[in-house]
Amino acid sequence: MEFLVASAIGTMTAGGVYLLLRLRTFPVILGLALLSYAVNVFIFSSGRLAIDMSPILSKYGEASYTDPLPQALVLTAIVISFGMTAVLVMISLGAFLEADSDAIDIDQTDLDEDSAK
Amino acid sequence: MSHWIILPVVLPAMLAPIIGFMMRHDIVLARVTSTFGTVLLLGISFVLLGMAMDGTTHIYRLGDWPAPFGIVLVLDRLSALMVTLTATLALMVLLHAMATGWDDRGKHFHALFQFQLMGICGAFLTGDIFNLFVFFEILLIASYGLMIHSGGRERMRAGLQYVVMNLAGSTLFLFALGTLYASTGTLNIADLAAKIPEIPADEAGLVRVAAMLLMIVFAVKAALFPVQFWLPATYSNAPAPVAALFAIMTKVGAYAILRVHTVVFGPGVAGTEGMIDAWLFPAAIVTIALGSIGVLGAKRLMPLISFSVVGSMGTLLVAVAAFSPVATTAALYYMVHSTFAAACLFLIADLVVSRRNGDSLTPTFATLQNGLFAAIFFAAAIAMAGMPPLSGFLGKLLVLDALRAPDVIVWAWTAILVGSLLTIVGFARAGSALFWKSTAIAAPEVAGDPVEPPSQANVAEVTPVMLTLAVLVALSVFAGPVASYLEQTSNQLFDRSGYISAVLAPVEER
Repeated sequence: MEFLVASAIGTMTAGGVYLLLRLRTFPVILGLALLSYAVNVFIFSSGRLAIDMSPILSKYGEASYTDPLPQALVLTAIVISFGMTAVLVMISLGAFLEADSDAIDIDQTDLDEDSAK
Repeated sequence: MSHWIILPVVLPAMLAPIIGFMMRHDIVLARVTSTFGTVLLLGISFVLLGMAMDGTTHIYRLGDWPAPFGIVLVLDRLSALMVTLTATLALMVLLHAMATGWDDRGKHFHALFQFQLMGICGAFLTGDIFNLFVFFEILLIASYGLMIHSGGRERMRAGLQYVVMNLAGSTLFLFALGTLYASTGTLNIADLAAKIPEIPADEAGLVRVAAMLLMIVFAVKAALFPVQFWLPATYSNAPAPVAALFAIMTKVGAYAILRVHTVVFGPGVAGTEGMIDAWLFPAAIVTIALGSIGVLGAKRLMPLISFSVVGSMGTLLVAVAAFSPVATTAALYYMVHSTFAAACLFLIADLVVSRRNGDSLTPTFATLQNGLFAAIFFAAAIAMAGMPPLSGFLGKLLVLDALRAPDVIVWAWTAILVGSLLTIVGFARAGSALFWKSTAIAAPEVAGDPVEPPSQANVAEVTPVMLTLAVLVALSVFAGPVASYLEQTSNQLFDRSGYISAVLAPVEER
């Protein structure tokens, strides 16, 4: 199972980084989403992988439990990355409508000429 | 346990939604409320400064959970100083934004402004590294809104770049936190500081990875080479008052490096000994070089100031990289100074650029109050470049004095001194093109009528700039008392056992 989770994280991170480097808004949004999935699984596994264990201490038995903290952390991370993706989509759309281009990098000539106005 | 500590977070957090939802159509009401909130924040920050002055480390346990289990806010001299710095800067920026009407050129300026303050104050106060991530995200999401405030083609594109850069940074932050949690089982800064030194050096591989990842994340915020490239495009395209407020955002990165890499991975920790400074020092030297060459090569005023901010961050981080109390005192003094110097430059640039045809550094006809603007610009430039008599000179002198170890002196002194020279030349060139050559050019006449000169800046518009200059003057006049407070601050920062025992102290029975 460790191998499966580790390779899933690795594949998603590699895909995310590749898409991020495309420097067009749509691939970059997808890339950041992939990266955030990868990091969510990564945080989740940082409390060690366990099967069939509840994240709650039981008062009445010796049942072992899995670490609850990464689950709380990952919940926070999911909410934040969801919100951030929504903001990113809106800003990309705004930039596309304003500039008529979905490129993320800004040419130096653009900077010198256009915004000098 | 005093409830004052949570107020810098709660107050803007309450005001922002009220302004956003109830005052969205009434700019006057929003202005009054926002100013009221910022003045109140300044008052609170002075109370906190008074509490921290005696050197005790105050703890605020959220939900009254004891330290490694619940989230704590920690108030010591350093965080009180940073909150006061934020509140002072915020008030001046807010006054400028209202006087020049920037806040009315788009929606929700004041709500976003308050959220931004909440994030910054929270990041300075928190004692939990995951909570630091959350406050980073709050200040970033507010800064995205402020960055593209009032819109425009170039601003939207630069804003998009800024958002993508910071989202990638946030992902790295999460990877670092996961690694740190997997190897130590805690994310409380004090608890980390207690546990990491116990890990023997040959088993600390994961901790080293986490320390380096955190370094990169904070370097993105602090605009350190090689991840400084987002800053010039962002700052020069942001609305000028927002760029002035962003002067504190780079300092959030520097603060996080100071806090985390001193308390947690600090000197004497076997696993990470010597690793951070070995990377931070050369990177900071290159940052100074890049910043000053950028100042020399800039063709427009806003990028010129942005590059000078990059250079000042380099100087600041060279001092931080020494990780010694003396150098940290110098770094803190320079941090306070460079925040106000950068803010002053951006605010005066706004007054000048809005009265000229764009911000390119070519002479056109002079503005009405050419003399006043020139005087303020050169005073701020003197402060930024580090010439006497303003506080930049003292700041750089302190930094140079702290970096006299034989293995750093050649690189550090050369970089700072040559960098200062290039910065002076760059600012002198820009200023003479903007203000002096312009006086030789008469206003163009169209069909016999002189073109109506741009309006005169009124008192309300000039006051915030003057206030930032006054802070710089005060910093140089009261350099002695300020430096002695900062010396105590850095001694407290390096007293790791004091920090750990204060935060992890058992809760008293009630």
